[in-house]
Amino acid sequence: MTGNLVDIRNLNVRFTGARTVHAINDLTLTLKQGETLALLGESGSGKSVTLKTLLRLLPPKRTQIDGEIEVNGVDVLTLSGKKLQAYRGEEVSMVFQEPGLALDPVYTVGDQIAESVMRHKGVRKEEALSTALDMLRRVRIPSPERRLRNYPHELSGGMLQRVMIALALACRPRLLLADEPTTALDATVQIQILLLLRDLQREFGMGVIFVTHDIGVAVEVSERIAVMYAGQIVEEGTTREVIKDPRHPYTRGLLAANLHDAARGARLNAIPGAPPSLDTRPDACSFAPRCPLAEPACRAALPPVHVPSDRRRVACIHANAFVAAE
Amino acid sequence: MAAVDTDILEEPVTESGKGYWSGVGARLMRDPVTLICMAVILLLILSAIFAPYLGLADPYKGSMIARLKPIGTPGHILGTDEQGRDMLVRLIYGGRLTLFIGLTPVVLAFFIGGTLGIVAGYAGGWVNTVIMRTVDVFFAFPSVLLAIAISGALGAGIVNSLVSLTIVFIPPITRVSEAVTSGVRALDYIDAARASGANALTVIRVHVIGNVLSPIFVYATSLTSVCMILAAGLSFLGIGVRPPEPEWGLMLNTLRSAIYVNPWLSALPGMMIFVTSLCLNLLSDGVRSAMNVRD
Amino acid sequence: MSVTNPLPDGLADKGGPAQPLLIVRNLQKYFPVRGGILGGKKALVQAVDGVSFEVKKGETLGIVGESGCGKSTTARLLIGLIDKDKGEIIYDGQDLGGTLSLRDLRRGVQMVFQDSYASLNPRLTIEESIAFGARIQGLSDPVGRARRLMERVGLAPDRFAQRYPHEVSGGQRQRINIARALAMSPRLVVLDEAVSALDKSVEAQVLNLLADLRAEFGLTYIFISHDLNVVRYISDRILVMYLGEVVEIAPVDQIWSSQAHPYTRSLFSAMPSMDPDNRTMEPPLAGDPPNPINPPSGCRFHTRCRFAETVCKAKVPTLRPLSVGSEHLAACHLHDLGSGHSKAGKDVLA
Repeated sequence: MTGNLVDIRNLNVRFTGARTVHAINDLTLTLKQGETLALLGESGSGKSVTLKTLLRLLPPKRTQIDGEIEVNGVDVLTLSGKKLQAYRGEEVSMVFQEPGLALDPVYTVGDQIAESVMRHKGVRKEEALSTALDMLRRVRIPSPERRLRNYPHELSGGMLQRVMIALALACRPRLLLADEPTTALDATVQIQILLLLRDLQREFGMGVIFVTHDIGVAVEVSERIAVMYAGQIVEEGTTREVIKDPRHPYTRGLLAANLHDAARGARLNAIPGAPPSLDTRPDACSFAPRCPLAEPACRAALPPVHVPSDRRRVACIHANAFVAAE
Repeated sequence: MAAVDTDILEEPVTESGKGYWSGVGARLMRDPVTLICMAVILLLILSAIFAPYLGLADPYKGSMIARLKPIGTPGHILGTDEQGRDMLVRLIYGGRLTLFIGLTPVVLAFFIGGTLGIVAGYAGGWVNTVIMRTVDVFFAFPSVLLAIAISGALGAGIVNSLVSLTIVFIPPITRVSEAVTSGVRALDYIDAARASGANALTVIRVHVIGNVLSPIFVYATSLTSVCMILAAGLSFLGIGVRPPEPEWGLMLNTLRSAIYVNPWLSALPGMMIFVTSLCLNLLSDGVRSAMNVRD
Repeated sequence: MSVTNPLPDGLADKGGPAQPLLIVRNLQKYFPVRGGILGGKKALVQAVDGVSFEVKKGETLGIVGESGCGKSTTARLLIGLIDKDKGEIIYDGQDLGGTLSLRDLRRGVQMVFQDSYASLNPRLTIEESIAFGARIQGLSDPVGRARRLMERVGLAPDRFAQRYPHEVSGGQRQRINIARALAMSPRLVVLDEAVSALDKSVEAQVLNLLADLRAEFGLTYIFISHDLNVVRYISDRILVMYLGEVVEIAPVDQIWSSQAHPYTRSLFSAMPSMDPDNRTMEPPLAGDPPNPINPPSGCRFHTRCRFAETVCKAKVPTLRPLSVGSEHLAACHLHDLGSGHSKAGKDVLA
């Protein structure tokens, strides 16, 4: 109805158990068809939980979810059984951080891709295998015919991640979720995978949500960035806006901590402290305890969300002050 | 030098600084099955220890006229055995020997096998090869056969049963402690301790033992039930405890002939073995999960 | 200084300021890969092969490279956690195994590991962990030292001394590990990916702490990392490793402005761009690094190098200064006029 591929409205995710954790707090996010969004955040910011919620991978017993998630007009939170299975794989699929753990060691990579194609598309084995071969070609694996018959342990880390991507894209999903897919890889391999994902996104025209903690990676793959902190989105905009004109103090701190332009030997302007534990639902700005600009109002209530332009927002009292200051 | 302090804020500290064991205790308290098993085992041990002071009848003195009385006979609440001895008294006294023979070999094997395994796991190399290949030889034989063979060779008797059962349980305990020790050995804090100049003995004492003892201990607890059954089995075969000593396995053997006359009665020692080993197993499972810090 | 210094009784300087604190010559370590029915040696992982370098007193040497390049093995060799097959380790003029015992080396060299959790004994309190080394070395008042160091790395002893590692955050644990390494009053600290597992915002705090401690105690660092930005920020010189060998060493500014070895060049180009208007268009290298079990012959990089010629396959290049007296060293036939490489001496990389 809205024309968005992904529509997340007022999502709250809470883990119950020995300790309650408010992992996602009132998160609203949209993604248009064919768009690549980087969810940028540190450990515990809720970026991976957001992905898992989108795929409904969280254990239902210990998770309380409310809010709305629509992917391509389908209400994701009410899916179950066959429909949920079809949704995972056909509509949405995921690439994980450790391809070595996500692939089954006892089947060849060709069989694994073919199996997924057969299950979702209902085609015969030969046809599925030729799709698998075609996919290995598209992820630029050298001598794909031979690789089809390889087991995961026979492949290097970068090759495995290519296979993982081939598997994820074999059923032509509209939405690809990538959970730190290059974090475990070496630098020279990481850039290959990033560029491959960028090319494939253009080729297949799918939407991509790319979770990462690395700003450089986000810049390479995405056209939009949403910065997460304590289960909330604190800043969102196009990659250019967020990198060149960061408005939230946390985004600014993260950019400084990347050190790409830090003067050698100069003292780093580090963000003090550590992220909050989230055992209560935030009722003020979660970043205030670490923020150099915090004032009493920040600690009294949730920060207002400034919307300087369409699809750009900053959850900070000072969002406009930055513009005046510069 | 105050510059650094600006980087640090009061960070919330997650848990209160209580020790590890109080956490284990708290988790155990939330587990009714383990608590019940613990109570049963405790009751058995206490009654075994204090049997002579309970004012019970003589477990050796029978009566030719009161043989094989059924369960519920006045004066003999659990009946009498084939020589007219009170079953309840025999079962309580039997618990003494059965538990003693069931637990002692495991305790001995825990110390011997644990030491061997920790040494093998920490040292690695040829020391590991010698210890572990020797242990592997024992694994070639099923434990029951091994126990019977050694007991048979040594002759019947309590001490010989203890010796043979200890030998049977050293290899599995060695293997488990070697595995957990080599796991711990690979962690960086061991390297950090070595890098501080500590010798192997100090590293083992301070950094290894504390971290491997509980998994080895839990594994050993799970062996007590097996050991008890094996001990009873040896007595049943006549190569363990000799009559007229009360012992559950032996009692099961001698009451065998009464199985058609009074089946419930002859099943009693078997029930005791079953209940005790089940409780020991469940207890060790419960303790194992309570000791797992990460959940 | 003597009043505030929580680290009295460090090792006395022996060689004077001109003597490099550490000299490594032709260090070699091969690991056997066991396999087959009898568990015999099947192959050798050539983890570290002929590595030589020096660390001057008070400087920070950054070591970079990808997985399998031997940087962590080098670190462990330097502190004697694994035995070297060949080569010399000379600490302040004293030869390890000769005039210097392993025990004394460990007074002078300490290490901080990547995994802050695995490098602390979960059953010891923070205070016990820090005091352990000082106690082993027979230093005076180990508990007092531990508490002073905790104070110094920013952990209030009254709040943290009796806590256990799982009760504190990752950043705090790495501060504990740093304090633990410093408790022996070392002069050289090997930091093996010590900040890599931390969140970016916490990483900056720990880097500040490391810089302060270096100035305060006159420490020398070997800083191993895969993050070039971090290495550039903290180091004076950078050493680049590939498949167990040193391919380039240079002062940071020189290597940052011009990389002499094609591999270093690729490694730098592989850094993600920070400019959305100027993103990386072409990956600098194809494929993964080869397996160190059977490294390529000659120059180990020749299988992935776009300048490779026959000579690169046949002949191992030596690490040599780019010009006479230069501090910038590279192991590449392109920089050796007598190597027989057709482009030798030409500025092809730019």
